[in-house]
Amino acid sequence: MATTVAAPSVTGKAHKYESGIWSWLATTDHKRIGQLYMYTAIAWFVIGGIEALFIRSQLYGPNGRLVSADTYNQLFTMHGTTMIFMAIMPLSAAFFNLLIPLQIGARDVAFPRLNAFSYWVFLAGSVFMNVSWLIHAAPDGGWFAYAPLNTRQFNPGVNMDFWVIGLQILGLSSLAAGFNFVTTIINMRAPGMHFMRMPVFTWAAFVTQFLIILAFPIITVAVTFLLFDRFFGTNFYEIAAGADPLLWQHLFWLFGHPEVYILILPAFGLVSEVLPTFSRKPLFGYPVMVYSLILIAFLGFGVWAHHMFAVGMGPVADSIFSVTTMLIAIPTGVKIFNWLGTMWGGNLSFKTPMLFGIGLVGLFTIGGISGVMHSSPPSDLMQTDSYFIVAHFHYVLFGGSMMGLFAGVYYYFPKMTGRMMSEPLGKWHFWLTFIGMNLAFFPMHFAGLNGMPRRIWSYDANQGWDFDNHLSTYGAFIIAFATAIFLYNFLRSRGHGALAGNNPWDAPTIEWSMPSPPPDYNYAKIPTVTSRYPMWPQQGPTPLSPPVPTAGGDQPLPTYQTAEQLGIHMPTPTIKPLLATMGLTLAFVGLIWHRQIPIILLGGAIFIVSLYAWVLTPLEPEH
Amino acid sequence: MATAVAEHHAEHHYTSTGLPHTKIAIWAFIGSECFFFASLISTYLIYKGRSVVGPFPHTPWTDPSTGHVYHPILNIPVTSTSTFVLLMSSLAMVLAHAAVERSDHKWSRIWLLTTAALGATFLGFQAFEFTSFVHEGLKITTNLFGSTFFITTGFHGAHVTAGVLWLITMYFIDKKRGLGPRDAVNVDVMALYWHFVDVVWVAIFTFLYLLQ
Amino acid sequence: MTADHSHAPASDAHEPHAPPHQEVHFPTWKTYRWVALILFVLTVAEVWIYYTPMKGTRLFAPALITLSVIKFTIVVMFYMHLKYDAKIFRGLFLGPLSIAIIVIISLLFLFGHLSLHAT
Repeated sequence: MATTVAAPSVTGKAHKYESGIWSWLATTDHKRIGQLYMYTAIAWFVIGGIEALFIRSQLYGPNGRLVSADTYNQLFTMHGTTMIFMAIMPLSAAFFNLLIPLQIGARDVAFPRLNAFSYWVFLAGSVFMNVSWLIHAAPDGGWFAYAPLNTRQFNPGVNMDFWVIGLQILGLSSLAAGFNFVTTIINMRAPGMHFMRMPVFTWAAFVTQFLIILAFPIITVAVTFLLFDRFFGTNFYEIAAGADPLLWQHLFWLFGHPEVYILILPAFGLVSEVLPTFSRKPLFGYPVMVYSLILIAFLGFGVWAHHMFAVGMGPVADSIFSVTTMLIAIPTGVKIFNWLGTMWGGNLSFKTPMLFGIGLVGLFTIGGISGVMHSSPPSDLMQTDSYFIVAHFHYVLFGGSMMGLFAGVYYYFPKMTGRMMSEPLGKWHFWLTFIGMNLAFFPMHFAGLNGMPRRIWSYDANQGWDFDNHLSTYGAFIIAFATAIFLYNFLRSRGHGALAGNNPWDAPTIEWSMPSPPPDYNYAKIPTVTSRYPMWPQQGPTPLSPPVPTAGGDQPLPTYQTAEQLGIHMPTPTIKPLLATMGLTLAFVGLIWHRQIPIILLGGAIFIVSLYAWVLTPLEPEH
Repeated sequence: MATAVAEHHAEHHYTSTGLPHTKIAIWAFIGSECFFFASLISTYLIYKGRSVVGPFPHTPWTDPSTGHVYHPILNIPVTSTSTFVLLMSSLAMVLAHAAVERSDHKWSRIWLLTTAALGATFLGFQAFEFTSFVHEGLKITTNLFGSTFFITTGFHGAHVTAGVLWLITMYFIDKKRGLGPRDAVNVDVMALYWHFVDVVWVAIFTFLYLLQ
Repeated sequence: MTADHSHAPASDAHEPHAPPHQEVHFPTWKTYRWVALILFVLTVAEVWIYYTPMKGTRLFAPALITLSVIKFTIVVMFYMHLKYDAKIFRGLFLGPLSIAIIVIISLLFLFGHLSLHAT
């Protein structure tokens, strides 16, 4: 690495981007992009949650009339789409961005500008889809948008047009990020950071990227067919032309099931970081944890049709997909037991991240067990499309993914901002979420087994569903209250939390060796890694956890030497990725807005010109 | 792939495998594209023979309402020629890469332009094919065969178009400053993309054109 | 054998400790010429099969698929120099490719285009 002082011409330019709005619009710093992802994802989590509150209020009692049936369709479609594509996935992406380069000992990701592009495209896609609310024409075909209900014939409005195009844009974002992180993890590990020394979060992220780059092309194709059907009159899902509506279901779930693991594996990774730290023990069975991640991902491509037992695929196909589904429970169960093994005999300290981590282990297991119940076609036929399924996937997605992601937020907040989040408020958040979530989702098992169908707008009295629905609605509002506490804690702690220092939790992995928040160049000197847990002593007992910092909320954050002072070359900030995103979005806006060819062409031209300007400009200043 | 040209500036940094970032990224991209084209080709195969109206790819069809006879739509001699053109463009591409590696500016420019020209010729064949199909009565909206055929070959054609633009860009860079061994990686990455688009055509030619 | 699994050991064997940049020995002009010739001959063979009486027989589809697999393999091995290049690229390509092929075959079974019983 060059140790020369940067050329003087660079300094003037760099200052322009150091603070203020420009510094965010033009950033290529993975930590800033990670924060952008996190703020945006939390905002969508709140919006998706408000949609859920409408749904629960509507279903509170029999014959609810709070919203119309049409609005209800839009609410449950957007609740699912928002939570999956705009809350959980980008919240995971926030951690990929924040943590992968830190955990492997790199200065940034492999393609920093492509990384900025991924974020802007995600933002554009999520805003695009939600703009539909303003004209009361939000997507209304369910998050899986089954054919032929998604076709122009049965859904003539612009509702599903927003969904089709929005999903296409969001897919581009995930794909671009996927190639970037695959390259980063393969190629930017610090000296000594063998694959089998990588922190488990990075492993989970690595496996998730492969799921993304292999599963998203399938949904891209499925959605492109739909887009052509809706806009250009093709026949992919036209029953009258001989099309098979199951094509959509197969393509969708070929993507959709790997997607399920895209949602849960990053949370698994975060919990695998949190549990060792607060148990004061290394992760139990590290290699097996890694192999089970890989096995889950591989089997994840072979189980898609278990979402489709009800369509009647015949005994052979049903049996095969039933068996693969049961098989996938094995590596998942291995992970649960290894987390238990990590905690067993440990010196547990129940800080907020640990509470959420244990929350995942317990609640995900409940969802996992009801999942195995669906793997048997006969029992699945009784459960499918009932509230039992709703209970199942909320246990895995809220009890699993969100609990794990909350654990990650509390755990890595000090690294991200340099300040601690409030412990008492965090504990309130956890316990209220835990109670609210079980109150909301556990009764759904009973409602479902008593025959309550999912996606139902309203129901008659005296079917035995009233009490369960009362409880679920109370639970939803408790979750909302808990989330309000979280938001207050999150926003206030950014400026007023106790100073964290480098390693407030006495955690073992390498990202805790650097200052909090890390300087833009991350490591002043690229570290050499010699073990899985470089921050813990290699011999003798693991140290007891030091008291977590509680003071210093009124003091400013420490400052460090700049990259220029250290002679480190960092990428030049640039807004070209943002311009490229704007061009791309404009082209799609032209498509949905009466198919204005000039707007589509203008958007395409802006995209291509910005892409050329971006690609032909060197990443770093010439030296 | 878009980042291939300029982000080589980061490559004088250390990498854990000793391999350039762009090459890892392009292979990951190609792996991902396998799924993209697999979805397209499997849709074509699933819908094979399910069209309720003609024209059909390999068999004649008489329109019951008008009595008009539609000939089998595919023109194998023409497509065989364009297949050959695309295969030869891959040869030109490897020769362009070899010329860049030895800083032979004259031949690197000739082979880059030849590759681009062969790619453009392939696209010309495709344009001819598409227009003659439409003329004969097969549009993307006509039947399932039309929808699956045009979208699969159309997406392949879009990939070829992107490749031709990439080649022309590389040609102009070569003309401006001369490509040498330090650019060989970027040409290699472009070549990998180009050859992959070629092998996708190998699969499409067999599964869409020849198999019945 | 997943995409992730197949290359993990491969690149670990790649010496993470600052390895020298690997010099890939690309094939020579002579090899390229032969490859081009073989590809040409195989394409002619494909078209020939299409126009011969073989068209109606059971061998028609297997013969064409075999030829295209050979062409595919040759281009990937020589023009894309997977045969000569770092092992990690094989994992990145062959892992996804094999899953994609399995998926295509399973879909054809599910839609009744392939069957275990001869019809």
